[in-house]
Amino acid sequence: MFDLKDLYQEVIVDHNRSPRNFGRLDNADRVAEGFNPLCGDRLNLYLKLDDGRISDISFDGNGCAISVASASLMTDALKGKTLGEAETMFNDFHQLLTDDKPHDIQRVEHLGKLAALLGVKHYPTRVKCATLCWHTLHSALEDNKTPVSTE
Amino acid sequence: MNSKNIAPDITSSSILDVDAIRADFPILRQKIHGKPLVYLDNAATAQKPEQVIKTLDNYYREYNANIHRGIHTLSQKATEAYEGARVKVQHFINASSIKEIIFVRGTTEGINLVAQSYGRTRLKRGDEIIISEMEHHSNIVPWQLLCEQTGAVLKVIPMNDAGELIMEEFEKLLGKKTRLVSVGHISNALGTINPIEKIIKMSHAYNAVALIDGAQAVSHIAIDVQALDCDFYVFSGHKLFGPTGIGVVYGKQSLLEDMPPYQGGGDMIKMVTLEKTLFNDLPYKFEAGTPHIAGVIGLGAAIDYVSDIGLENIAAYEHGLTAYAISAASGVTGLRLIGTARDKASILSFIMDGIHPHDIGTILDHEGIAIRTGHHCAMPVMEHFQVPATARASFSFYNKREEIDQLIQGLEKCKKVFK
Repeated sequence: MFDLKDLYQEVIVDHNRSPRNFGRLDNADRVAEGFNPLCGDRLNLYLKLDDGRISDISFDGNGCAISVASASLMTDALKGKTLGEAETMFNDFHQLLTDDKPHDIQRVEHLGKLAALLGVKHYPTRVKCATLCWHTLHSALEDNKTPVSTE
Repeated sequence: MNSKNIAPDITSSSILDVDAIRADFPILRQKIHGKPLVYLDNAATAQKPEQVIKTLDNYYREYNANIHRGIHTLSQKATEAYEGARVKVQHFINASSIKEIIFVRGTTEGINLVAQSYGRTRLKRGDEIIISEMEHHSNIVPWQLLCEQTGAVLKVIPMNDAGELIMEEFEKLLGKKTRLVSVGHISNALGTINPIEKIIKMSHAYNAVALIDGAQAVSHIAIDVQALDCDFYVFSGHKLFGPTGIGVVYGKQSLLEDMPPYQGGGDMIKMVTLEKTLFNDLPYKFEAGTPHIAGVIGLGAAIDYVSDIGLENIAAYEHGLTAYAISAASGVTGLRLIGTARDKASILSFIMDGIHPHDIGTILDHEGIAIRTGHHCAMPVMEHFQVPATARASFSFYNKREEIDQLIQGLEKCKKVFK
């Protein structure tokens, strides 16, 4: 049986309690809004871009431990990355959470701390909580003005 | 209301033989994550007793046939059972005639039927419809659609911070332009029992018709539509221990007679030529197409089951259970009840400091406890209390105090995970 501790790992509990990069970013180049109508989670993502790189990133909003920790970990992981690298990370993360195949160790290692969220895979109803911020990022990178919805 | 003042009613635990009742519900015997299932999501849907399951099984095995037009034996048998269930519903809510009982898919379809058939033909630009701030989306959206179609205006009775309707404000909203008032009997998000007798009376004083959304009430309170004098009363079978996909619209015969059909098709006609159709009599005028025959017969079995236990007994038992739950929850540090109305039934909506309802739901599920988390299709209620979501435990007569103790232990566990 799957243990609850694998879902609520220390990293996740910690990032939920004290989310990194939390708050509005003044003069953001890109802003995107994500929404999960199922649970009412709302998330705003703020990005500063500098020569094809994410020079600064932050988020605010309201959500469950998984969605807050995921956004916190994501913003930490993306700071300083190029847009291409961010896109690759999005694809890797999304694929690892949604496909049925066993995890490719190399790709998991490449994700670093984000791997703490892979336990979500065993909770189909919660996968959307972990991916909301990533979909919102995707929308921000595409400069899409309509809010992202998980439904 | 200070919920700590409600003393758990010790005597109520002996009103029902809960162990015997539980034995009727096969699903309650299973384990979830290795723990006995504690089912506290009854406001979403109630579990089904063996009697209902067997009735459905028996229909499909022994006399599955289409109703009303068949002359063969099975069709007659199916028709008898189907129409027999209508009589059961009639007696269950004390309607004066079977002509007033219309089968639909559920409460949502029922409200849409009234909005489209009654509302669309009677309402015009500037007319007013009154709902309340605590309605389920299914008692908001059909009226918004109707307003768009007719130019009518939607007015909303506000509630106070206990989750009770502010009746003085309702009085102010009523006026010459009020045509229709539609409120829930019991709020699904808060558990508030609304003073519907008063609401109906006040609506009638302004010549407005009153619709009561009984989705959350029929399994907890005995309904007498004649005593209430409501114009429409709508409910679902699945919250009443019956199958999903079946519900009831009660409407006063005088109103239903004048309403046009909601949908066209077979069974709702007397005669069809390519030029013109003569509609069938009540209640068939509103039942186009082959209905959910098994669902109706199953609903009849569910009504028999509930009636055998007796809604008075159920209400008394659940009153004690709810008081016990409120008192126990009040002892959990960091827990805030959402909805503390004086008149409250079988629903415990709450939030916890620093723990999102979604996480509460997952952790409790690991303990075998099923609750609901989210906005409960009542987003305006969430907005009123400035919360994105709540956790909601909802009870039925097969729930025991031990299960509430388990819920409380589960909540303590949630705190441990996030400490």
